Amino acid sequence: MNASADEFAIDVHGLHKHFGDKHVVNDVSLQVRRGEIFGFLGPNGSGKTTSIRMMCGLLTPDAGSGTCLGYDIVREADQIKRQVGYMTQKFSYWEDLTIRENLDFVARIYEMPDRKALVDRTLDELGLASRAGQLTGSLSGGWKQRLALAACLLHQPRLLLLDEPTAGVDPTARRDFWEELHRLAARGISVLVSTHYMDEAERCHKLAYIAYGRLLAQGTAAEVIAGQGLSTWTIEGDDLTELAQRLRGQPGVDQTVAFGAALHVSGRDGARLEATLREAAAGGALRLTPSDTSLEDVFIYMMARSSDNFGAPA
Amino acid sequence: MKWRGFSLARWWSVVLKEFLQLRRDRITFGMIIGLPIVQLTLFGFAINTDPKHLPTAVLNADPSEFSRSFVAAMKNSEYFEIVGEVPDEEAGRAALAQGKVQFVLNIPADFSRRLLRGEKPALLVEADATDPMATGMALAATSQLAQSVARHDLTGALAPLRGGEPPFEVQVHRLYNPEGNSQYNTVPGLMGVILTMTMVMMTGLAMTRERERGTMENLLATPVRPIEVMTGKIVPYIAIGLIQATIILLAAHFVFQVPFAGNLGAVYLAALLFIAATLTVGITLSSLAQNQLQAMQLTMFYFLPNILLSGFMFPFRGMPQWAQYIGNVLPLTHFNRLIRGILLKGSGWADLWPSVWPLLLFTVVVMGIALRFYRRTLD
Repeated sequence: MNASADEFAIDVHGLHKHFGDKHVVNDVSLQVRRGEIFGFLGPNGSGKTTSIRMMCGLLTPDAGSGTCLGYDIVREADQIKRQVGYMTQKFSYWEDLTIRENLDFVARIYEMPDRKALVDRTLDELGLASRAGQLTGSLSGGWKQRLALAACLLHQPRLLLLDEPTAGVDPTARRDFWEELHRLAARGISVLVSTHYMDEAERCHKLAYIAYGRLLAQGTAAEVIAGQGLSTWTIEGDDLTELAQRLRGQPGVDQTVAFGAALHVSGRDGARLEATLREAAAGGALRLTPSDTSLEDVFIYMMARSSDNFGAPA
Repeated sequence: MKWRGFSLARWWSVVLKEFLQLRRDRITFGMIIGLPIVQLTLFGFAINTDPKHLPTAVLNADPSEFSRSFVAAMKNSEYFEIVGEVPDEEAGRAALAQGKVQFVLNIPADFSRRLLRGEKPALLVEADATDPMATGMALAATSQLAQSVARHDLTGALAPLRGGEPPFEVQVHRLYNPEGNSQYNTVPGLMGVILTMTMVMMTGLAMTRERERGTMENLLATPVRPIEVMTGKIVPYIAIGLIQATIILLAAHFVFQVPFAGNLGAVYLAALLFIAATLTVGITLSSLAQNQLQAMQLTMFYFLPNILLSGFMFPFRGMPQWAQYIGNVLPLTHFNRLIRGILLKGSGWADLWPSVWPLLLFTVVVMGIALRFYRRTLD
């Protein structure tokens, strides 16, 4: 193992993947430090799942290279599989097996010593000991997710790859789930987690944003926000929908996003944006306040721009 | 247009959607077009319930003008094809037991002498009657043959005997299945058919089920190896296959009174070999099929030639040579020979070996294909 392998749980460069004539992953490079929770964000179909699958050896990249826990992602997929816990987007444990049978199967596959005690302990920690004999298919979404996490932690992996683990899970269960992730990270387990939720993105140490197969930004939340150089104003008042329409295309205005009773207006050119807004608000009942650009504002901005790029002739 | 709430436009939208989906499901589409064409040409030409040119050995202890003309007449009937001579009765029996010949014509040593003396001597035709359908027509032809030889082919010293009743007899020995009971042939054959159907279908579904439910991705993400998954999935079905074999054997014995001439251990060993061969087919199909429906369709695709070309339904020797080549690739063909050989003929290992090695070879080759097609990644 070299120095970078000690430092990084995932270190991949220039990953490419095509499905037919679709360029699903285009030049993706990622570094995830040990013990870090790394958020992987992007719209549906942006290549998140494909990237994760390449990192754990489930797909072979068309080009690019890298290591996962110090092992080569193309040649040493077997070693990676032994030390990585991968939670698939769709629940992928056997619904016609009971909870205990599923955990037992996983423990056997990884040839875990002292299997019965391990499974019992896991069931206790999950709070599923009393339902161990229940068929997995009859569990609710939140319980399935907890079971899946427990199952992919069973072999004590050093890296977790979680593909939209909280999709369709209620807020309480999501909060519990993230607390668990932070506990795991504190124990030195690295986590790469893909998500659509902004509150979850803000709980990650680092973020990456991918759209149309391209990595658009990477870093801490603050770095990602700063990287786009947006100024944002919050406007409160009546008829915001009409105002948003009026502002679109005005000098300095790059984006308007409605947030309930408020309108976020962002633009790269802060001075012109302010001038435009002051003029629009003049004489009206609108309250205009400068505000911090949120992660969500930035993602919507990047998403809109990347789709423009994608549609433009190359 | 609307009648009682039936909307033609809505109905048409369903029709269009079905066609679109059908067109995208390549395997189903291929089946729809390919199945009738392939199977019609294949089976239309291959199946023949009146087999001719059946291999026949001659034990000629009385080389004479008469024996030559009788053998020639047999050839001319087209039912018999003389493949060689055997030196004695034992060799004739062995050739029958191994299935190398269907008939042995035995011309006794003093045949022509006794014929001249007007003693009405007998020719002996020994037939492998395990499959009554295969021998029936040929044996019916032999008595015709005797008449016609008597009428036309008696020349020289035998000329005075021409015309009228044949001056000799043809005795037929139906070996292995003296009553020509077709159940004796069908019931053991059914064992292979039932095993083929269930084994291929169940294993065919085994892998596609994992893929359809998304659990395949989970399996692939673990360190488990392809050979471990495949052989691991096969084992439970071996047990199921042996249970099925036992049920069929019990029914064969107690319900159909099929004779058990051979060794029961050999029956199970043959069943085990066949189950192994068939399971590898199932596993291969399930690696190829994208979903469970396709696995079912591929099973049927594999099943039909096995039924029709293996000698289960129609006499193997009735098929043209090219169809026999195809039949010889199928494991069911060899299993049918094994099981009928063991149960009806009481065949030993030396007799069975010609059907054992093709099964072993088939298993190894198909397992190799299955492992090649097993995708270790999701690519």
